[in-house]
Amino acid sequence: MEIALALLVGCFFTVSIYLLLSKYVIRILLGVAILGNAVNLLIFTAGRLTKEIPPIIPEALQVPDGIIANPLPQALILTAIVISFSFFAFLLVLGYRAFQDLNTDDTDSMRFAEPVDEPNPPLGY
Amino acid sequence: MNQTILLLLLPFLAALIAPALVRVLGEKAAWLLALAPATIFTHLTGYLAPVAAGEKFTMGLQWVPSLGANLSFYIDGLSLTFGLLISGIGTLIILYAGGYLKGHPQQGRFIGFLFLFMGSMLGVVMADNLIALFVYWELTSITSFLLIGFDHNREASRRAAVQALVVTGGGGLALLAGVIVLNLITGNTELSLVLNSGDVIRESPFYLLAFWLIIAAAFTKSAQFPFHFWLPNAMEAPTPVSAYLHSATMVKAGVYLLMRTNPVLGDTAIWQTVLPLFGTVTLVIGTLLAIRQTDLKLMLAYTTVASLGLLVMLTGFGSEKAIEAAVYYLVAHALFKGALFMVAGLIDHEAGTRDVRKLGGLRKAMPITFFAAALAGLSMAGLPPFIGFMAKEEIYYAIAKPDAWSVAITVFTIFGNALMLVIGAAVAILPFFGQKVETPKHAHEGPILLWLGPVVLSICGVVSAIFASATNLLFISPMASAVAGDSVYAKAAIVFHLGVPLTLSVVTIALGCLIFWKLEKARFAMAYILRKIGWGPDHGFDQFIAGTVGLSTKITRIIQNGRMEAYMTTVFLVFGIAVWSSLYIFDELPNWPRPSGLSFYETGIFLLAFVGLLAIIYAEDRLTAIISLGIQGFAVALIFILFGAPDLAFTQFMVETLSVVILALVMTRLTLHKTDHRPFYEKSFDFAVALTAGSAFTALLLAVVQVAFNPALSEFFAAYSRTIAHGRNIVNVIIVDFRGVDTLGEIAVVMIAGLGIIALIRIKGRQPRVEGDQ
Repeated sequence: MEIALALLVGCFFTVSIYLLLSKYVIRILLGVAILGNAVNLLIFTAGRLTKEIPPIIPEALQVPDGIIANPLPQALILTAIVISFSFFAFLLVLGYRAFQDLNTDDTDSMRFAEPVDEPNPPLGY
Repeated sequence: MNQTILLLLLPFLAALIAPALVRVLGEKAAWLLALAPATIFTHLTGYLAPVAAGEKFTMGLQWVPSLGANLSFYIDGLSLTFGLLISGIGTLIILYAGGYLKGHPQQGRFIGFLFLFMGSMLGVVMADNLIALFVYWELTSITSFLLIGFDHNREASRRAAVQALVVTGGGGLALLAGVIVLNLITGNTELSLVLNSGDVIRESPFYLLAFWLIIAAAFTKSAQFPFHFWLPNAMEAPTPVSAYLHSATMVKAGVYLLMRTNPVLGDTAIWQTVLPLFGTVTLVIGTLLAIRQTDLKLMLAYTTVASLGLLVMLTGFGSEKAIEAAVYYLVAHALFKGALFMVAGLIDHEAGTRDVRKLGGLRKAMPITFFAAALAGLSMAGLPPFIGFMAKEEIYYAIAKPDAWSVAITVFTIFGNALMLVIGAAVAILPFFGQKVETPKHAHEGPILLWLGPVVLSICGVVSAIFASATNLLFISPMASAVAGDSVYAKAAIVFHLGVPLTLSVVTIALGCLIFWKLEKARFAMAYILRKIGWGPDHGFDQFIAGTVGLSTKITRIIQNGRMEAYMTTVFLVFGIAVWSSLYIFDELPNWPRPSGLSFYETGIFLLAFVGLLAIIYAEDRLTAIISLGIQGFAVALIFILFGAPDLAFTQFMVETLSVVILALVMTRLTLHKTDHRPFYEKSFDFAVALTAGSAFTALLLAVVQVAFNPALSEFFAAYSRTIAHGRNIVNVIIVDFRGVDTLGEIAVVMIAGLGIIALIRIKGRQPRVEGDQ
């Protein structure tokens, strides 16, 4: 089971990185969204897998009864999902605004901060 | 605590209070502030008698004992004489600075810098610990930068300051490496102990390394050819700085270092070749360049270069007599050069120019200045009865030997000394004799603050010669003994003794008078030759700086090329290679596990995610890609459900739905390239990079799940989530209770992202464009 998920995580990362390298803002954004899922699945699998038993303590007991899914990675991922969503939303608007102001979706053409023909630094004392 | 240590830190304290004191008292504060170096001078004279009797003192504070770095000091003949020169001349310089910069709005700051420099310089010559020596050495570089660049509104001044810092600071790095090598060879960090291991050092295979590093430090600091250019440029500083840095302190630090290490690095063939060679070349070049100048300060600056060459030559000559001569000359030079620089500044201050062609007949107007200039100038010229004469006699006595090497050196030394006489005479005679020339300011005698220094120093030049036996006993013999490494008894006296030295002195004086007579012609000739050569190390420095800036610009353009995918490719490629290679090197590559049975719905969900991913890449238009993004997101949510994480699944559903909706809303309002239109080779390369990094994650994850799981944390939460925190859903309890503050921070992140989004939407660009214009 772990091997299947490990391979799937690899696929998620590969696709995400492939999209991130693609220079076009919308594809980069898609890559960012997938990257979040890739990382979450990575953490989830690293915390070991338990089928179908959520980490919830029965009404009558003080501690869980028998094997439960590992609660720790779930807690981490829960916040990670929210954080990566807000991050994604921010990037989305940033990309949108960049397109509006620079009129391009190609990161190679976004050379406002590092112009291609930047003059050499001044010499002198 | 030891009084001496406190006094060695006193200049730094004085630097702190100097600005405030000057603000309250004006230039009169100089009298009060001069008490600090005067106290040090008086205290150090207490060491004269025991040091003359052969005693040595070490003292110190612990600093970083585990690294062998201590603030420790060593007082022997060498450091004591230097210390007395620094504090003695320092006292006069502080007074002089009080008069010279009278009324200057930043006089307090200037005197503060002078004190900082004084403290650093005292530290250099007194330091026992090698690391402390390096720190003080670099402090002199930094404080001299502040002093030379004091007049920071002029570009020439800034350039000179940067130049001095680069040259001497670079030499300081060589010194750091050099003292580390000495430490590694001997195992000691205290100079007083290192000095005992001369044979160990000379026989070490690292001797040459240590030698060249120390030489690099000393030659840059002491302005030896080809590093001589920074010293004349440093004349951009106000005259008190020139008088202090270039008579007894800054530039002598290199000579000090050579003299200090002479007992352990000296007495080898390379030492006795390199030092005399560079020293003699510097002597000749320095004097030749000096006669070209017409500015009093620049003439003196180039003779300082020449004198430093002479000192280096004598230090490396390899006989006790030569060392004795070097010590004599060092003391003589400190006295007459300090006085002459102050005279040059005094003339500049009162007459308004330092150009020797525009000065003349000042004898009557400035009698006290003339008196000091004459005494110092005659000492520099090497005439009796001045200490300069004794120094020259000693030099000729030491180097006039019948072998070819010595004869060559002697000939060049005679030439250099003759030119030095010319400059000495030119500075002391030309401004004062001849026709009274109209000067920019109406010349008259300066205030006591200005003439006290030169007068005292020039009188010292006579007194030390007349009481030669006391000078020998208290200063020359102990210092020469420390330099030579065993007892030396100086016996020089003011009386003539007929023989080779006196003959050579006469030759020098005759040659000097001849050149002085033809000074105008010699000046034109030198100017012509230099114009023909064109290039010089000074110009080379500019080329070096321009080249460095150019090179770093090129490297920056390559590394920081402004292309985002280049940065990301680097990051992911390095990541992939790092993970794969470390797994391989440490033999942690995961075993290929046997696939355990997957139920059909699990297989189905995994396939769904995979298809979703593929669809994003192959989507023909962006709407399809966005919908496919939803597919893989929902598949992830289903995986969460399968493995007992309903909370995650619920959140994931929400977030994925929202993502798809807002992505579709925003992106359909823009004109974008619909599909990926990179060329095929670029896609292949990017895919290879992505696969390297992605497979690294798979391998890493497999390696992780194959080791034993440590459930301590998970068990802790399971055991206490109901008993302590009273919640049954362990995941929720962790988030809101055990890690509550953490969650608060994360909520803040979400809020800030939201504020950022609002700001981005509200702020209009400089050239607003209509959304979705076609």
